[in-house]
Amino acid sequence: MDFSLLSALIVLGGLGLLFGAGLAVASRAFAVFKDPRVERVEEALPGANCGACGAPGCAGFAEGVVDGNYPVSGCTVGGAEVTEAVALIMGTEAGDVSSCVAVVNCRGDKEACPDRAIYHGIQDCRAAMLVDDGSKGCVYGCLGLGTCVAACPFNAMIMSENGLPVVIEALCTGCGECVKACPRDIMQLMPTDQIVFMGCKSQDFGKAVKSVCKVGCIGCSLCANPKTTAEGLITMEGKLPKIHYDLVKDPWGDLENAVNKCPTKSFGIRGKVPEPLVKEEEFPVT
Amino acid sequence: MGRKSFRGGIHPPEQKSFAEDIPIQNLPLPERVIIPLQQHIGAPAEPVVEKGDAVKTGQIIGKASKFVSLPVHASISGTVVSVNKRPHPLGTDLLAIEIEGDGANSWKRLPKDEDVSKLSAEDKKKRILDAGIAGLGGATFPTHVKLTPPPEKPIDTLIINGVECEPYLTADHRLMLEKPNEILAGARIMADILKSKKIIIGIEDNKLDAIRLLRKKTRRFKTISVLSLSVKYPQGGEKQLIKAATGREVPAGRLPMDVGCVVQNVGTAFAVHQAVTQQRPLIERIVTVTGTGINSPKNCRVRIGTPVADLISFCGGYTSDDVKLISGGPMMGISQWTDTIPVIKGTSGILVMKGSDVETQEEQPCISCARCVDICPMRLTPNKIATFVEYKRLSDAKENRIYDCMECGSCSFICPAKRHLVQYIKLGKALCSTL
Repeated sequence: MDFSLLSALIVLGGLGLLFGAGLAVASRAFAVFKDPRVERVEEALPGANCGACGAPGCAGFAEGVVDGNYPVSGCTVGGAEVTEAVALIMGTEAGDVSSCVAVVNCRGDKEACPDRAIYHGIQDCRAAMLVDDGSKGCVYGCLGLGTCVAACPFNAMIMSENGLPVVIEALCTGCGECVKACPRDIMQLMPTDQIVFMGCKSQDFGKAVKSVCKVGCIGCSLCANPKTTAEGLITMEGKLPKIHYDLVKDPWGDLENAVNKCPTKSFGIRGKVPEPLVKEEEFPVT
Repeated sequence: MGRKSFRGGIHPPEQKSFAEDIPIQNLPLPERVIIPLQQHIGAPAEPVVEKGDAVKTGQIIGKASKFVSLPVHASISGTVVSVNKRPHPLGTDLLAIEIEGDGANSWKRLPKDEDVSKLSAEDKKKRILDAGIAGLGGATFPTHVKLTPPPEKPIDTLIINGVECEPYLTADHRLMLEKPNEILAGARIMADILKSKKIIIGIEDNKLDAIRLLRKKTRRFKTISVLSLSVKYPQGGEKQLIKAATGREVPAGRLPMDVGCVVQNVGTAFAVHQAVTQQRPLIERIVTVTGTGINSPKNCRVRIGTPVADLISFCGGYTSDDVKLISGGPMMGISQWTDTIPVIKGTSGILVMKGSDVETQEEQPCISCARCVDICPMRLTPNKIATFVEYKRLSDAKENRIYDCMECGSCSFICPAKRHLVQYIKLGKALCSTL
């Protein structure tokens, strides 16, 4: 055997062994401990990276859960299923999981609350508000330019022809991006097991509301009257009623009276999308 | 005669002929006035009257709350009927004091005239503050603040802004023709306060009669010069005017006082003269009511707080049912949804366009022609900034100096794709401030 061949083998083999040993030492000495649960939690998440939980993405949320910065039920998008899976990995109880759905807290469409001026400009609600506080008759009402629709990461919203956005509940995950996007605070999350919500945001006096909108709440407080609903279910906050969902046992039965007695029909009922707005077969409403 | 100017700028149709030759007329005393507490840049005034109080013309009804703030005065005598939120020319409803007039216009007793030459600079500034004078060109920055530069920044040039580069508006032009002596006296008072040696009066040369008149009046003063400037928008912008008049450039993010200049509008100079010599508060201003949507365009002397509807009916009413109402000029003014808004200190004009004259074109994508970059008087890149805002890349918009934009509207005017560039920039500023 040629010695030169042997020397090459020895030198290269020796170098290989040396570097291998170096790497083996380094991997021990400089090891970064990564909790194996992070990876498993991440796998259990939907992977939409929507940011609804507050973390920059699903990977961030997984790390946060393992570090204890986020609750196991932090992923509102995944709902009960994901929460249970995450809780199983973390070895804790899933607890009560309440999932949410977005609702539009304004019923003043083009007919009920006509515009006070014609707006030409950027089709964005925040931009429209820079010009004389928007062209909508009511300064609390939905401007209907679809900033929420554009913000929805799940394509769960459409803008109807009547100038109000519609939530397609089958697709809505309750991530809350639309709530953040709306400059007028029209979008709101409500528990999925409830069906009645307040459809007005106006803090004006009744007379002023009446002058701009047919379906705006005039603050008559009839719905909060103990004769209408059980005491404490609805209270007046400012000039608007507030429904205390934690006290509502029967989502429809408890609040039916309030909805029916409301003189301006300001309450919204979930899942009830007026016929001309959306065809049910196109956008299934649960 | 070499005409001085600045880099960039546009030349929109001037449209001054509507009211250029019509002398200023006094608007009859309004029956009621709505006086907003925020009519200037800075902290709003604090109301010092209540519902039911009787007030006299010139009485303080809102006092200045901070250094950068101004008092507001009753512009007619009568009774306070409400202190409430009312529509405001700047958009949102703001707190305003509504006064129902008694028709008598009885003044608060003004102090006796003193020899103005004996007053110290501080006393004069006090009088300007007490009179509630804000920059009447439209930006409404409190004048006493501008007249108080820090001692390490000496002012050597006071520039009086008679440019009036906004199309349609003629209020300053008429004031220069009708009250030149008072304007010059006011300018000299301000120059005294600032200890500045030179006064330059800048006027665009589409107002040759005003240039001629002021040249004649200033012939015997060596320190005052009248400068004729080329007709270009925004020649009346503070930084553009300084560049044209002195050749100095105000660095980005700095103030005119950093280059030894202070710029004041001619209307402000007139008001300063009234305030210092007679202690008259700022309760009226000249407003141009003009445009194709108004029957007889006029220049009016209007009490602050007069509802715009009063002005419109004085000028013969609207020409059609369908009009566009703008508070200010066509370039920087803000369109309004109602004529119940009051005239405020910064209202230099009310522009009424006939609905059929309003051209609206659909916004198209940017074609990167860079015309907006060519004409931007602040040397920004409006196309880039607007696109960054559109896609919510606000830190990139900030890096491209979104805050240096003065919203003059030149880029939106020139854009062949009809992009709403200024609105994007305004939106970007609003979004940046909420971050």
